[in-house]
Amino acid sequence: MMNILIIIPCFNEQASLPRLISDLENLKLPEKYNVSVCVVNDCSTDDTKQVAKKLDVILIDLPVNLGIGGAVQSGLKYALLDNYDLAVQMDGDGQHPPAELQKMIACYEETGASLVIGSRFIIKEGFQSSFLRRLGITYFHWLNKFFTGKSIYDSTSGFRLFDKKAIQLGARYYPDDYPEPESLVFFSKAGLAIKETPVVMVHRSGGQSSIRSFTSFYYCVKVTLAMFFSFIRKP
Amino acid sequence: MLRIQIITIIASVAFLFLVFRMVVKGRLREEYSIIWLLFTGILVTFSFWEKGLLLVSNLFGVYLPANLVFTISIFIALVYLLHLSVVASKLQKQNKLLAQEMALMKIEIEKMKEEIKPE
Repeated sequence: MMNILIIIPCFNEQASLPRLISDLENLKLPEKYNVSVCVVNDCSTDDTKQVAKKLDVILIDLPVNLGIGGAVQSGLKYALLDNYDLAVQMDGDGQHPPAELQKMIACYEETGASLVIGSRFIIKEGFQSSFLRRLGITYFHWLNKFFTGKSIYDSTSGFRLFDKKAIQLGARYYPDDYPEPESLVFFSKAGLAIKETPVVMVHRSGGQSSIRSFTSFYYCVKVTLAMFFSFIRKP
Repeated sequence: MLRIQIITIIASVAFLFLVFRMVVKGRLREEYSIIWLLFTGILVTFSFWEKGLLLVSNLFGVYLPANLVFTISIFIALVYLLHLSVVASKLQKQNKLLAQEMALMKIEIEKMKEEIKPE
């Protein structure tokens, strides 16, 4: 029996949450997997908290806004505390279809990697996002190759599967804002195996991306710096 | 006594008094007051001892004493700002940890409430 915790960091996702949860409940996974869903409410200003309370989920209700990294880490801490075997981070806006979870788990079973990333770019299908965003992702691919020596195409993807080792490490240290590319450097330095598997993503059904155009320059600078410091920091 | 000397003496002594009062009222922590007390102390000393500034300037080879004052005060302000950024980073880290602990504890409490609910 494997216990999986689905971590859904939410900031103002009242519109898309109910459908996502019902999709997750209807999801058919192999017998040995036991799925629990955990919604992390990152101090939303809408009714996300009330909506989540009515659903059959574990609700981590943060008293202050910590940003996506802090929210995901809260979920990882819960997974560590309750001794889950696997944790999956999934966006609350419906960008990551629950059905794609099967591919992630299949990749985990096949490779035994500690971190599995759901990637939009290995096979080009589904929602591919805008040109500028793709440009940024190409840049991060190059940067990742430089810092980790691994070829990871979708380093900004927030669709990820953590095994026990990764949960433990992530609970101890996880970057605050724009955590995805930096955490890859961190995990790879700690010697974890990272694998990427193609998934199909859809256009967000509600809410707003944490990366908006006017902050994208800051995003690039901050993430580059964070990756650099993660690279030279002793693990 | 020069007019400017009188002004600096009044200003620096008033500043010293302000820092003192804030520490006494508990609005400024002692460890942060040290640098302010030290800095104001130096200001007061040099406002009284006008030859002193000239002496130190000659020692450093600075032509105009005013330049020495500017250079040193800007440098000290920069170092102190860096220190404050470090303090802010530390507070943010602690704040995050507390928020997470609290949220996880809320779940535990809810679970316990469920368990002790009367039948």
